Amino acid sequence: MDVLIYMIPLALGLGLLALGGFFWAMKSGQFDDPEGAANRILRDDPPQAPAQAEKDH
Amino acid sequence: MTTTNAVDFGRFVADEKDGGHVLHMLVDGIHCANCAFRIEETLNKQDKVQARVNLTTRRLTLRWQGDATRAASLTQSVTDMGYKLTPFDTAESENSDKREEQALLRRVAVSGFASGNIMLLSVTLWSSTAASMGMATRDFMHWISALIAIPTVIYAGLPFFKSARNVLAHGRTNMDVPISVALILTALMSLWETVHHGEYAYFDSVVMLLFLLLIGRWMDRRARGRARAAAQDLLTMLSGSATVLQDGQPILMPIRDLCAGMLLQVAVGEKIAADGVIENGQSDIDPSFISGETITQPVNTGTRVFGGMINLTAPLTIRITATSGESLLGEIVKLMDKAEQGHANYVRLADRVARYYTPVVHLLALITFLYWNLLAHQSWQPSLLIAMTVLIITCPCALGLAVPAVQVLTSGRLFRHGMLLKSADAVERMAKVDTIIFDKTGTLTENEPALANPQQIGGRNMQLAASLASQSHHPLARALFNMYGGKILPLQAAEHPARGMEGDYNGQTIRLGSRDWCGDVNADNDGAPEIWLRVGEEDPVRFVFADSLRQDASLILHTLKSKGYDIKLLSGDRSAAVAKVAAQLEIKDYRAQVTPIEKHAVIEDLRNQGKHVLMVGDGLNDAAALAAADISMSPSTALDITQNAADIVFQGRKLAPVLEALNVSKRANRLVLENFVLSVGYNLIAIPMAMAGLVTPFIAALSMAASSVVVILNAQRLNRG
Repeated sequence: MDVLIYMIPLALGLGLLALGGFFWAMKSGQFDDPEGAANRILRDDPPQAPAQAEKDH
Repeated sequence: MTTTNAVDFGRFVADEKDGGHVLHMLVDGIHCANCAFRIEETLNKQDKVQARVNLTTRRLTLRWQGDATRAASLTQSVTDMGYKLTPFDTAESENSDKREEQALLRRVAVSGFASGNIMLLSVTLWSSTAASMGMATRDFMHWISALIAIPTVIYAGLPFFKSARNVLAHGRTNMDVPISVALILTALMSLWETVHHGEYAYFDSVVMLLFLLLIGRWMDRRARGRARAAAQDLLTMLSGSATVLQDGQPILMPIRDLCAGMLLQVAVGEKIAADGVIENGQSDIDPSFISGETITQPVNTGTRVFGGMINLTAPLTIRITATSGESLLGEIVKLMDKAEQGHANYVRLADRVARYYTPVVHLLALITFLYWNLLAHQSWQPSLLIAMTVLIITCPCALGLAVPAVQVLTSGRLFRHGMLLKSADAVERMAKVDTIIFDKTGTLTENEPALANPQQIGGRNMQLAASLASQSHHPLARALFNMYGGKILPLQAAEHPARGMEGDYNGQTIRLGSRDWCGDVNADNDGAPEIWLRVGEEDPVRFVFADSLRQDASLILHTLKSKGYDIKLLSGDRSAAVAKVAAQLEIKDYRAQVTPIEKHAVIEDLRNQGKHVLMVGDGLNDAAALAAADISMSPSTALDITQNAADIVFQGRKLAPVLEALNVSKRANRLVLENFVLSVGYNLIAIPMAMAGLVTPFIAALSMAASSVVVILNAQRLNRG
């Protein structure tokens, strides 16, 4: 059972990492334009300079 | 679309920290991703410019370095491509709605994280006994669960607690009251158990319940947020911009700043921004936005025009007589606002169930506690634990899923039939409909004028007319040109605003235009849209146009009537045109020349009589009526604003979606009722067991899940048959 000392914090840490990732994605506007994102990936053109995310919020 | 030249976007340009500038605009005319990419490419090619189109909201964010006045040339390059740009203030578009939706999503994420991790520990707890695990380990796990669960409940449960407090303060109750009580009591009880080395803690149930409920709440909020975007878009149109002449200089100005007495400049193809009188110019206007009328009207100096009409053939200068707030358009917005508030008062089936459910469940839990404590002489902890189990097992999960489970499938099915469901409770309202009101232009008809008398027109006349028409912007001329498949002659021609085209053919003057200008003034006039062709001194030839019905209109209306729906036709068009369509479709109850305000009033009247009204329409003149009806549909060819006001948007050239939507929503509603019966039935078995103290937390969690699955499976029956 000693292994729990490591495993539980590890599991929680991974979960928190995912939660933090989700918050980051939300804050940086990853969900602002789902339709655009779905279409942009299909473009053949060379990628342009990354446009700044829209500051809508 | 023609552009307004040398207009001043300055008012809308904002400065950025790095010395650059930013401008936000709504883009009109984006149909697909390629349009957006082309706009971005055109702009990004230019020096120090960064453009990004948001495809979801159809908005363009333009950033650039250098002089603020570059805005004019940059926007010009987009308008030259045929897109119309409407600048807007970011402050205005930044709404609390979006922030609220994001806060809710954050709560969903937190409760998801919490339930995942607590479940991890709970599975361990369930699969081992105190003997094999040891009390210390069990307590340790309970404590970790508590550390995760308590902050989660406080943070993520806040929307429920707030809503529960609000309704209780008003002496009412809703679904959030039992949810809050169950959440708080279970969390506290579990904490108490943990402190006292108890065998069971319910942290997993609490957090999982919270997670599922929050997902439902978030989806609901999103659907409503989209509906609210409707009114906002209309306001953006009002708060859009117009070109005003000030000391002879054109200045771009927000529409809401317009005052009576100002001079408004309206380019060809532009929408008139405010009610007024024409000061200068001669043109044709398309009034279909406001009145639904299919014929364009010639206008000249002194004619009264309304905001929302489109200027077609020549630039106009208009003296404004009413500000945007008092204009016809402003009136429509007010009516829509009012109607939307009315919808907020609609009590959903689920909430009506909650009204009875809440007191019953709480009463049962109380009785359980009192029984075990007083009559069975148990101490208060085990009594409270049993009472709590009653609360958890009756958790509104199945009840809460009864509606959404069916709704998700319904919207999927409607989507496959080319319909987009825009508000969450549309299906519920649709199922009750007994009266259907149709608009004519663009709804029953296709709103594309087609030549009605080609057999009466000779080949040479047809060719001449089409050749002249090819150089005109007039809608009827465009229709004539589009239907003509032959060779177009390169004629020298000039357009005379409000009259027509004049050209030269082998030395003869030929004219294509209005009856007064080149037609036979004494000929019979049946009021149908027409243009005339006069070649030299020959007799004028009449081209009659008709708006053809949707191909299945007759069949669908017949079916609807046989199903017992009360069908009405309300149109802003002329009596003759409306009567003809009504006769073709055998609609007895019809009214013509109805103003937007009257349409709204008719629907209010019907609703006050206790009728449930479905409104199908596509014009701006229908927007207020659509919002006022119990439920509304509009074709995807309708204006954006009208589509936004409608609950359901349907695609294609057929009217069949109206029938399909009615049928599906009736079936869906029956399934929802069945689901309620199922979850109530489940509670009838589970509650007595819980009250008798026969249910452990594990069994409670299991049966909760089972009841939810049954409800979801039952909803699947929607797609059978």
